[in-house]
Amino acid sequence: MLTARLRRAWVVLGLTLWLSFSGTGQAEERFIILQSTTSTQNSGLFDAILPRFQTKTGIEVRVVAVGTGQALKNARNGDGDVLLVHAKPEEEAFVAEGWGVKRYDVMSNDFVIIGPANDPADIAGLPRAGAALRKISQTQAAFVSRGDESGTHKKERALWKVAAVDPLETGATWYREAGAGMGATLNTAVGMRAYTLTDRGTWLSFRNKGDYTILVEGDSQLFNQYGAILVNPAKHPHVKAGLGQQFIDWLVGPEGQSLIAGYAIAGQPLFFPNAPGGE
Amino acid sequence: MQDFGQAFALALQLIVSADPALSEIIFLSLSVSLSAVAIASVIGLGIGATVGIVRFPGRGALIVFLNALMGLPPVVVGLLVYMALSHAGPLGWLHLLYTPTAMIIAQTVLVTPIIASLSRQVIEDFHSEYREQFVSLGVPLKTAVAALVWDARYSLLTVALAGLGRAVAEVGAVIIVGGNIKHVTRVMTTAIALETSKGDLALALALGLILILIALSVNATVSLLRLSASSRAYV
Amino acid sequence: MSNAGATLQRERVATSAVQSLFPLKVRRLVYSVGKQRLIDGIDLTIEQDRRTIIMGPNGAGKSLLLRLLHGLLTPTAGEVCWGETPRIDQARQRQALVFQRPVLLRRSVRANLRFALKLRQYTRAEREERLRHILELASLSSLADRPARVLSQGEQQRVALARALVLEPEVLLLDEPTVSLDPVSVAAIEDLLLAAHRRGTKIILVTHDMGQARRLGDEVVLLERGRVVEHSPALQFFQQSNDPAAGSLCKGRKFVC
Repeated sequence: MLTARLRRAWVVLGLTLWLSFSGTGQAEERFIILQSTTSTQNSGLFDAILPRFQTKTGIEVRVVAVGTGQALKNARNGDGDVLLVHAKPEEEAFVAEGWGVKRYDVMSNDFVIIGPANDPADIAGLPRAGAALRKISQTQAAFVSRGDESGTHKKERALWKVAAVDPLETGATWYREAGAGMGATLNTAVGMRAYTLTDRGTWLSFRNKGDYTILVEGDSQLFNQYGAILVNPAKHPHVKAGLGQQFIDWLVGPEGQSLIAGYAIAGQPLFFPNAPGGE
Repeated sequence: MQDFGQAFALALQLIVSADPALSEIIFLSLSVSLSAVAIASVIGLGIGATVGIVRFPGRGALIVFLNALMGLPPVVVGLLVYMALSHAGPLGWLHLLYTPTAMIIAQTVLVTPIIASLSRQVIEDFHSEYREQFVSLGVPLKTAVAALVWDARYSLLTVALAGLGRAVAEVGAVIIVGGNIKHVTRVMTTAIALETSKGDLALALALGLILILIALSVNATVSLLRLSASSRAYV
Repeated sequence: MSNAGATLQRERVATSAVQSLFPLKVRRLVYSVGKQRLIDGIDLTIEQDRRTIIMGPNGAGKSLLLRLLHGLLTPTAGEVCWGETPRIDQARQRQALVFQRPVLLRRSVRANLRFALKLRQYTRAEREERLRHILELASLSSLADRPARVLSQGEQQRVALARALVLEPEVLLLDEPTVSLDPVSVAAIEDLLLAAHRRGTKIILVTHDMGQARRLGDEVVLLERGRVVEHSPALQFFQQSNDPAAGSLCKGRKFVC
């Protein structure tokens, strides 16, 4: 008797689930999943530009913001239609392995090193990021790393290589891995009075700065390129290739590029559109 | 910290103005968590009643197992459900990832052991009180189960509430399987995580306060129900 | 009441034509927990018409014996035979047991009685008629819609007894039903028992109360350490009390023997 009742409950449960997903998962629905990064989301760029795209095309862009590494992995699993990330070598590998159709340059901004106003490692105004990091390691001043395989993390590791310092090998107690998104890492750094590397966009829109300022900027090594890739429908047939491509075309086209250029906080632009032929 | 004062002011302002973005998030939070708790209650109560009443070999081990599952970390549940629902996973063909349904599934997985384990305890206590009387009266199993569940309804309501508390407050599972997509899968906790990561601590705290307020009012309602029940010696 | 009594008689004739519950025969009954023999080889024959009182000091096994008779416990050895009834659960369906502490559902008095009635195949009209009748009989009409568990102990026990009686059992087993009740409640319960017996219900009552045993008993079974030390008609039991155990039980009580 009891089991019959349970079986009925299972049937009801199954039906409920089927009904609820059948309404949301159809391929004809006008939305795409964009796998992107926390730095882009935290900067507020998507809130500024995506509504314009939706108004124009009726396509809703659903942003999942994770680290670049996680975004690439999710896309590899087919859990997304378009990527917008910032780790060029990995993006190129992604396309080369056939997971993506083609990579487009979309925009850039730059990374900056931020730190407390008293600047214990005395790096303010240094022109080279590598030199600044070397000084931080020499003075054993606290530094917080993303530690999450994100684009920013990959860039940070490249910069340590330039500085010829391996913060992990020295077993340094001053080097801390947050294992978190950009915003959370900034909170950690401010809380610990530590230096950290961040993209300018997230920093400008960050609201919990305390007495922190940008100490190092402008080095060509700090350049941060964002690229867009359509996930390959040959690998994942359910990918909404048409809608995804439409979004990429809009992003690298005149309207998307000018909207990116126009997004500013306190008069400062956060991203610089640089798609070839965009403007 | 001036954040607290600011947060209270902001929270109050958001509530009073019935901010549409906020209402949307609260509505989604509640509908996801309530659905999950409803489904988990059906499954969990079935398991709890069965294990609480029926003696079978391996029952002790199953109880230990259920109790252990109560402490399942949300991120682990999130990861497991992500792996199942991912397009590369066994249930990818359902196209459920990054939908509210995925969040309901994750929270159901999270909450079912809690409801099963706690309701097992409740039902077992009631059963040990009623057992001899039911055998004496010759109550059939089906009627006995229904009577136990009905008589334990106020205790079971508290059990469901414990599940709801867990579901509505967790962030680890829903952020992985829901993706924290604006207007689609952004719930209170993921919104709080996002606003915190933007460094907007006041807004995050305001959302947190509203979450606490919701938890408080649900708890108060159930407490009142129980109070009126205990005045009739029904608890 | 006469109406219900008539139905009762008809049912009894019908069922007894199938299989009689009497005489109740208990043979070499043993119930042990671990190495302790709590019921230690009981032989007993009980006839239908008498009101049987089971007495004995604390820990003598009175409640255990009652549960074994009702089939709530499985004997370690020996057997309980209700007449020709082959299985004890079949016998149990024609009996009712009233516990020392009433186990009432967390519902109204009426709902408690209705719960029991719904276990039988009565039509709705029959059910409501029996409900009304038993409420009246047990003087519970004014309490019918009160939550059962807020009632006084005496009232709760009356509800439990009413629930037992409403199914019109052939045997009523009672485990110290009036312990810790006030005299008025005790009298009300005893009146109900006597009335049930007059309608033909077999009564087996466990009690500590000498006065109650005298008022209600036709025969007395005296237990001590899991054994029957005396089984005699009540008159004989209370007059002679020549058994040292029965004598000491009498002296140990504050009730008049």
